[in-house]
Amino acid sequence: MPRALTLQVNGRSAKVETDDPDMPLLYALRDGLGLHGPKFGCGLGQCGACTVLIDGEAVRSCVTPLSAVAAKAKITTLEGLGKDGKPHPLQQAFIDEQAVQCGYCINGMIMQSAALLRTNNKPDEAAIREALANNLCRCGTHARIVRAVQRATSV
Amino acid sequence: MFDTLDRRALLQGSGALIVSFALRPAASLAADKAAALPSKPVAIDEVDSFLAIGRDGRVTVFSGKVDLGTGVETAMTQIAAEELDVPMARVHIVQGDTALTPDQGPTYGSQSIQIGGMQLRQAAATARKALLTMASQKLGAPVEALTVADGVVTAPGGKHVAYGDLIGDKRFTAKLDKDAPAKDPKNYKLVGQSARRLDIPDKVTARFTYMQDARVPGMLHGRVVRPTAIGATLESVDESSVRGIPDLVKVVREGNFLGVVARSEWGAIRAAQALKATWSGGGGLPDQAKLWEHVRNTKIVKEEPTSTVGDADAVLNGAAKKLSATYDFAIHTHGSIGPSCAIATFADDQLTVWTASQATHALRQQLAKMMAMPAEKVRAIYVEGAGCYGRNGHEDAAGDAALMARAVGKPVRVQWMRADEHGWDPKGPPTLIDCKAALGPDGAVAAWRTDFYIPQGGAGPVPLIAADLAKLPYDVGLFPGGIQGNSAIPYKFAAVATRVHRLETTPFRPSWIRTPGRMQNTFANESFLDELAAAANADPLEFRLRYLDDARGKELLQRLGTFAKWQKRTGPRTTPSADKATGRGLAYVFYELNRTYVGAVADVEVDRKSGDVRVTRFAVVQDCGQIINPDGVRNQIEGNVIQTVSRTLKEQLTWDSNLVTSVDWSSYPILTFPEVPVIDIDLVERQTEKPWGAGEPSAAVIAPAISNAVFDAVGARLRSVPFTPDKVQAALRAT
Ligand code: FES
Ligand code: FES
Repeated sequence: MPRALTLQVNGRSAKVETDDPDMPLLYALRDGLGLHGPKFGCGLGQCGACTVLIDGEAVRSCVTPLSAVAAKAKITTLEGLGKDGKPHPLQQAFIDEQAVQCGYCINGMIMQSAALLRTNNKPDEAAIREALANNLCRCGTHARIVRAVQRATSV
Repeated sequence: MFDTLDRRALLQGSGALIVSFALRPAASLAADKAAALPSKPVAIDEVDSFLAIGRDGRVTVFSGKVDLGTGVETAMTQIAAEELDVPMARVHIVQGDTALTPDQGPTYGSQSIQIGGMQLRQAAATARKALLTMASQKLGAPVEALTVADGVVTAPGGKHVAYGDLIGDKRFTAKLDKDAPAKDPKNYKLVGQSARRLDIPDKVTARFTYMQDARVPGMLHGRVVRPTAIGATLESVDESSVRGIPDLVKVVREGNFLGVVARSEWGAIRAAQALKATWSGGGGLPDQAKLWEHVRNTKIVKEEPTSTVGDADAVLNGAAKKLSATYDFAIHTHGSIGPSCAIATFADDQLTVWTASQATHALRQQLAKMMAMPAEKVRAIYVEGAGCYGRNGHEDAAGDAALMARAVGKPVRVQWMRADEHGWDPKGPPTLIDCKAALGPDGAVAAWRTDFYIPQGGAGPVPLIAADLAKLPYDVGLFPGGIQGNSAIPYKFAAVATRVHRLETTPFRPSWIRTPGRMQNTFANESFLDELAAAANADPLEFRLRYLDDARGKELLQRLGTFAKWQKRTGPRTTPSADKATGRGLAYVFYELNRTYVGAVADVEVDRKSGDVRVTRFAVVQDCGQIINPDGVRNQIEGNVIQTVSRTLKEQLTWDSNLVTSVDWSSYPILTFPEVPVIDIDLVERQTEKPWGAGEPSAAVIAPAISNAVFDAVGARLRSVPFTPDKVQAALRAT
């Protein structure tokens, strides 16, 4: 029997129905709610493309079953990162540094960095590289990504 | 399955980013739209094939070359806006739609700007000439007296007319005119500027619709279930194994093709995982440990000399001082971060596929053949996907989607899982290269001979997996064309023989991966050249300069020396006591001996104990002629350096007798942030020259520069990519 679940996504309540509580959150966000931020990259927790924030922590939504997401947990996707119609400073910094090639990994890069900045608002280059060590980019945009995160912390 | 919320409401919630919903064309995929084929010229020699100007003055560019995440859309916009003197914001690009865009060939080989961009420039110049002729009549002033700004033509005295009023929505009905004057580069306002990429704001705020995000109404979800061995036969399918999955629509079986279609994506994934099938036969892949023996024993079907100067063999036979070495380069996978994806639908006897294919026109022909339909009834529409570095799985996913859509009579989206991508995308074939040279008593190179063992092939499309599995018609052949490039060398030695030996088979379905063949061939050539320099007691930079007679190439190398602060060296500067040694190495290429000069210096750190090689810095100097967008070129070079450092240090396919076993990121690791080198780039400005490719040439020099730097550090030669710690340790023991 399909079961209704309530999720808090980008500041709103969203209802999803599923017959499988073990369905990963990623599919609820992408297919159920039509969000494009979190990406399917590996489905194995290895690449970071699917990263969202749950209560500010970076979480890999492809390996997070819906049943593990509390009804009150605040989920933020790339769509919901900005405030008052303006892009988040990280998003702006990625634009300013032109830190995209294909951009498919960039959701993960920005969301993981957003989580980093919560605990360390002035990370040095080594700390940024370390924080992103498990986020993969195939295009080789790494150097720009690091510069973008640094730029976002220097404003 | 879902009680879907309005996407807009979600996005506009408190604290959420408000987005404008200026939908990019790719986002508005509508199945019904596909049914009505717009009629417009697509011939390669018609102006109307390339561009249209609306009554409102908006310019639509139709580009057969597509943006694979490289910034080509922005660069094409710059080229068209420059030639027509309109603001970039007024130009809109339609990419890779077989019904709308000219067949400019696949997007590969660093040819988008060099060839595609120049076709567009010519079309725009022809259009401008026609517009000026029209304006001259309308304004009663000679063409030479007219000026254009912002899409408005003005005559002396101030009378003016806008493009939209001259041509608005009408056709030019003109052939591309080779003599239509293109703008003098000294008047460029847009070309040569680092215009910001048009796609980036949408990409970083999730407004962009990638192929993987695209949806059409009424769409179902498909997943493939591949054989348990390459070449296996599907004996039986136990449909009861998936009966419990509520969303399942159909198990699709055709020959050895197997897939599932479900109403929900998760349903399709579950069904594909649960489906039980029995397979027999297949396998028989060569033993990985004996790959190079296998390659050496593969039948040669064709000999191709790629350059001959003098009689190298005779000189080698009589030489007192000879060097020889064998180089090899592992099989690589593309490893796009987003696995391949496509949507297919049949409506009114017509097949429409949305695809991230680099070659929609070729794909259309392949699909027509496979589905036994006339090509006119097949339309392939490009939607940008995750980065594509050559022919990966996108075309195959389109074939899969077409079969499943036909089976269920509804639009089907096929998304490959990670293991499908790593396991079944076509591979960069293994490459084996034998090098020999003779040095004269003075240390001069008296003869050079290199033998390249690579698969046979042409420039045709790589066969679709679905056609093969379902036993439907397809063109047979091994098709990584152009992989003999860079086998011939730019150096003027007294005797040279470069020979390509075409192999009948290669273990895995081969295709192009960034800098295909050219990377492998340059690795051998530039590393072996370094061996000669060391044997001749010469500095590697001076040694190269000695044998170049091309002023532009020499200038590039000299500039590299200055830029990288190259210090003369005539042998390894081994620091025997230290566990960690550092070194620098250099490599150079004149790409395919007809375009783009690149030189690079690598700085490495070698850990003698662990065998770890770290690349700490790369300095790259590139001359690719006219540069459309300098920051775009830099972005491509950075990408080439990082991706190729990854390929050189870490990457190799693994397999057993049946299948690829490196099917995820832990079994096929790539470079991570802490391992990424610092990259310094110097671009040679030549705005009055022709533009040459920038998407891949710089990748050619990375592996040899690293190999040469390792030699400089520890005196050991690395001749087998990837440079894994075990190979480094073995090379150290051998010195
Ligand atoms: S898609 Fe979730 S980590 Fe790769
Ligand atoms: S920008 Fe393409 S994968 Fe990172």
